Amino acid sequence: MRWKTDPLLVVESLTMRFGGLVAVNNLSFDVGRGDITALIGPNGAGKTTVFNCVTGFYKPTEGRLALARSGRADRDAVEKLTRSSARFARQGDNELYLLERMPGHLIAHHAKVARTFQNIRLFQGMTVLENIMVAHHNVLMKASGMTVLGLVGAPHYRKTEAWAVDRGKYWLNKIGLIDRADDPAGELPYGAQRRLEIARAMCADPVLLCLDEPAAGLNPRESLELNALLNSIRDDHAVSILLIEHDMSVVMKISDHVVVLDYGTKISDGTPEEVRNDPKVIAAYLGVADAEEFAEIEAEIHA
Amino acid sequence: MSGADSKAAGGALKEAAVAALITLALCTPIIMFRTDSDVNTGQLELTWRPLAVLIFMALAFFGRLAMLTWGLRPARAKAAPRVGAPTGVAAFFSYVIGPIGLIFLFVYPAVVVWYLGPGGALKWVDSYGIQILIYVMLGWGLNIVVGLAGLLDLGYVAFYAVGAYAYTLLAINFGLSFWICLPIAGILAACWGMILGFPVLRLRGDYLAIVTLAFGEIIRTILVNWTAFSGGTAGISSIPKITFFGLRFADVDDGFDAYFGMDYSPIHGKLFLYYVILGLALITNLASLRLRRLPIGRAWEALREDEIACRSLGINTTNTKLTAFALGAFFGGLAGSFFAVRQGFISPESFTFNESATILAIVVLGGMGSQIGVALAAITLIGGFEMLRELDFIHSLWFDLEIGVGFVVFMAAGLLSHRWLTAALAGLLALLLAHIVLAQGLANVFQVYAPPVYAMQQSVVAFLNAQLPWLYNYQLDFDPTQYRGLIFGFAMVVMMVVRPRGFVSTRSPSIYLTRRTAVAGDLVKEGHG
Repeated sequence: MRWKTDPLLVVESLTMRFGGLVAVNNLSFDVGRGDITALIGPNGAGKTTVFNCVTGFYKPTEGRLALARSGRADRDAVEKLTRSSARFARQGDNELYLLERMPGHLIAHHAKVARTFQNIRLFQGMTVLENIMVAHHNVLMKASGMTVLGLVGAPHYRKTEAWAVDRGKYWLNKIGLIDRADDPAGELPYGAQRRLEIARAMCADPVLLCLDEPAAGLNPRESLELNALLNSIRDDHAVSILLIEHDMSVVMKISDHVVVLDYGTKISDGTPEEVRNDPKVIAAYLGVADAEEFAEIEAEIHA
Repeated sequence: MSGADSKAAGGALKEAAVAALITLALCTPIIMFRTDSDVNTGQLELTWRPLAVLIFMALAFFGRLAMLTWGLRPARAKAAPRVGAPTGVAAFFSYVIGPIGLIFLFVYPAVVVWYLGPGGALKWVDSYGIQILIYVMLGWGLNIVVGLAGLLDLGYVAFYAVGAYAYTLLAINFGLSFWICLPIAGILAACWGMILGFPVLRLRGDYLAIVTLAFGEIIRTILVNWTAFSGGTAGISSIPKITFFGLRFADVDDGFDAYFGMDYSPIHGKLFLYYVILGLALITNLASLRLRRLPIGRAWEALREDEIACRSLGINTTNTKLTAFALGAFFGGLAGSFFAVRQGFISPESFTFNESATILAIVVLGGMGSQIGVALAAITLIGGFEMLRELDFIHSLWFDLEIGVGFVVFMAAGLLSHRWLTAALAGLLALLLAHIVLAQGLANVFQVYAPPVYAMQQSVVAFLNAQLPWLYNYQLDFDPTQYRGLIFGFAMVVMMVVRPRGFVSTRSPSIYLTRRTAVAGDLVKEGHG
C-alpha cells in the first residue's frame, strides 16, 4: 500500500484528447515509491497514451502529473507549485516536478523518468556499448565541459568516461550481454534487445522506469529472467517501475500495484489479488458488460 | 542447353533489343544531329551522325545483355547482406589506407614538382591538389551534418558562400589579414548554420531537404541582388592574396621568393596554398574524428538512428541538431574563405546549387559517416571529372579499336565462363594485346628495349596494314571529351548499383570493450533528413 502512503508519482485528472477522440479520460492514480506498478487493460485502453504523457512525448490536454523525485509528494507543496509558474520546486530534500509542464528530454534529464518502447527503439547501427554510452549523455556532456574539455582530452572527462564504461559493464553483465558488448545492437536476438533497452534506460539513472510491454515477444524462460531483472531493479537499485503489460504471468507475479484501464478510464486499482477478482476487470477482458449480455452474444453467434 | 535456359536466353535477347530501340528513340534527337557553324559564312550546318547512334545502340544492347546474362540486376541477385567486419585484404587495406593517404598528401606536391618541374607541376598542384582538397574539406564538413547527424542539408554551399564573402569583405573593407579573417569567417558561417537550424528543427525528410535547399538559394539571391554589399553578379575581384607572415607571393623586392633568395616562381604560392588547405582539411578531419568519440558525436549518431529514443534518454535534440548544423557550417565557412583567398575573385556564380549537390554527392558516394570514404569520393568525383578533360590522348592510343577488341573478348569470355573476374581478366588481356599490336607509342619502347618484340610487332602491323587497310584508317568521329558528363554520370550510376552504400559501407564504432567490430551498413540508418 505504499502508493497510498508514499507516492512517487501522483497522476490527477489526466485527460488526453486527439481531436474528438478521448484517449484518456479523467484518470487519477498514484505510483508508489519502490513499487512495481502495472498498467493493464485491453488493446486501445489508452495505456501507452498515459505513458507518453508521463514521459513528455505528449502534452496532456488536462491534468496534473506530480513527481516527487526525492522527499514526499506533499499535497500542499504540490498545490503551491501548481499555482506558481515553475516546473519544479526544491526545498531541502524535497524535489517536486510537474511533468506536464516539461518537455520530454528534461523529464528524463531532471525528473529522472526513463522509458522503453513497445516497438524496441535501440540505436541499431551502434554497438551495444555505444547504446549504453549514449544513455550517459548528460553526465558525460557535463564532464566534457560541453565538448570543449573533451576535445583537448581533459583527465576529468576521461575518468568520467571510464566510470560510464564500468557502469555499462555492470549492466551488461547483469543482462548477460557482456560478451556481445562490441556487436551492433541491431544484430542481437529479440529478447536480448528488450533487455538491452531496459539496461540502457537504467543507465540514464532514473527514479522511475517506465516499461512499455517489456515481456512482449519473449518466451517463458525469458519472461522469468525478465521478472528477476525487474525485481532486482526495484530491490537492489531502489528504482520504481511503471509497466504496461499484457502477459498476466508477469503482471501478477511481480506487481505490487495494478491499475486497470478501459476506454481511457480507470476501472480498477489495487493489489494484484484485488484486481484479479474484480468483476469489472473480468468483464472488460471478456469484452462485455455482464454475463447476461455475454450469453446473448454467444446465442447470436451460434444462431 | 535446357528448354528453360534457351527460353531465358531468348527473353534476354528480346529485352536487349528493346533497350537498343529505346536508345535509338532517345539518341535520335540528341546525338543524331549536330550543328556546326561554318567558319567562313557563319551559317549553321547540320551534320548527320548515324554511326554514333549505332554505337550507342550497340552499347545499350550488349550492356543490357551482359546485365541479364550475369545477373547484374541490382540487389535481387545478391542474397544475404554482408554482416560484420571486413576480413583479409579489406581489413588490412582499411588499416593502412589512412596513414598511407596522409603521407601521400604530404609528399604529393614535392613529387609532382620534382617530376614535372615547377612549370608543369602548377596544374597538378592547383587544379588537382588544391581543388580536390577544398572538396575533401567541404565533404568532411558536410559529413558532420549528413553523415553523422543524419540531417539532409541541400544548401551547404550557403555556408561556403558566407565564408568566402566574410573573408573578402573583411579583408577589403577593414584590411584584415587572412589568418584573422579565417576564424571570423568560420564563426559567422556557424551563426548562419544556427539561423538555418532553428526553423528546420522540427522538419524531417523531404521537408528538411527542401528548406535547406531554399536557404542556399536565398543566400545566393541576396548576394546577387544586394549590389552595394556584395557587388552583385559582377562579383568582387582583386581580393587580397594570402601572405606568408606578411611576405607576398609576388615578383616584387619584398616578396616571399626574394626574401628567401629564390627566383620568383608562381609554384611557391601554390605550394603554400596547398599545404594551407591540407592543414585546414586535416583539422576538419581530426575534429570530426574526436567529436565522434565525445558524447556530442555519439548523440549525433544516436539522433540519426532514433530521435525519439534520444529524447527518452534526456538528450536535448534541439541543441544536438543545432551543434551539428553550426559545426558543419563552421568548416564550410573556413573552406569558403580559403576559396576566396585562392581565387582572388568571387561571385554568386561560384555558389550555385550545383556545388551543394556535388558536395552531397561526395558524402553519399563516400559512404555516409566515413572519413576515408569521403576523401576517396572527393578524389574520384573532382579529380575524375578533371581527368576527363584530358581525354585527348585517347585518339593517339587507338582507343576505340582497342576498347572494342577488349570488349568483344570480354563478352565472349563472360558468356563462356559466367564469371565476372574471368571475363574481366580476359578482356584486360585482350586490351593489352590489342594495345601491343596497334599502338605506335608502345612500339617505340620495344624498339629500344626489346628489338625482337619490336620486329614481331612491326611485321604484324605490316601484315594487317596490307590485308586490312580499313583497320588502320578507321577513325571514329567521336570526341570523348564532349561526353565528359555522360561518362561520369554513367560511372556514378554503375557505382551506386554495385555499392549502394558508398565506398565505405561499414561504420566503425566510437568505443569498444574488447574488439573493434565494424557495423554493417545495412544496420546503420540514413537518418530522417
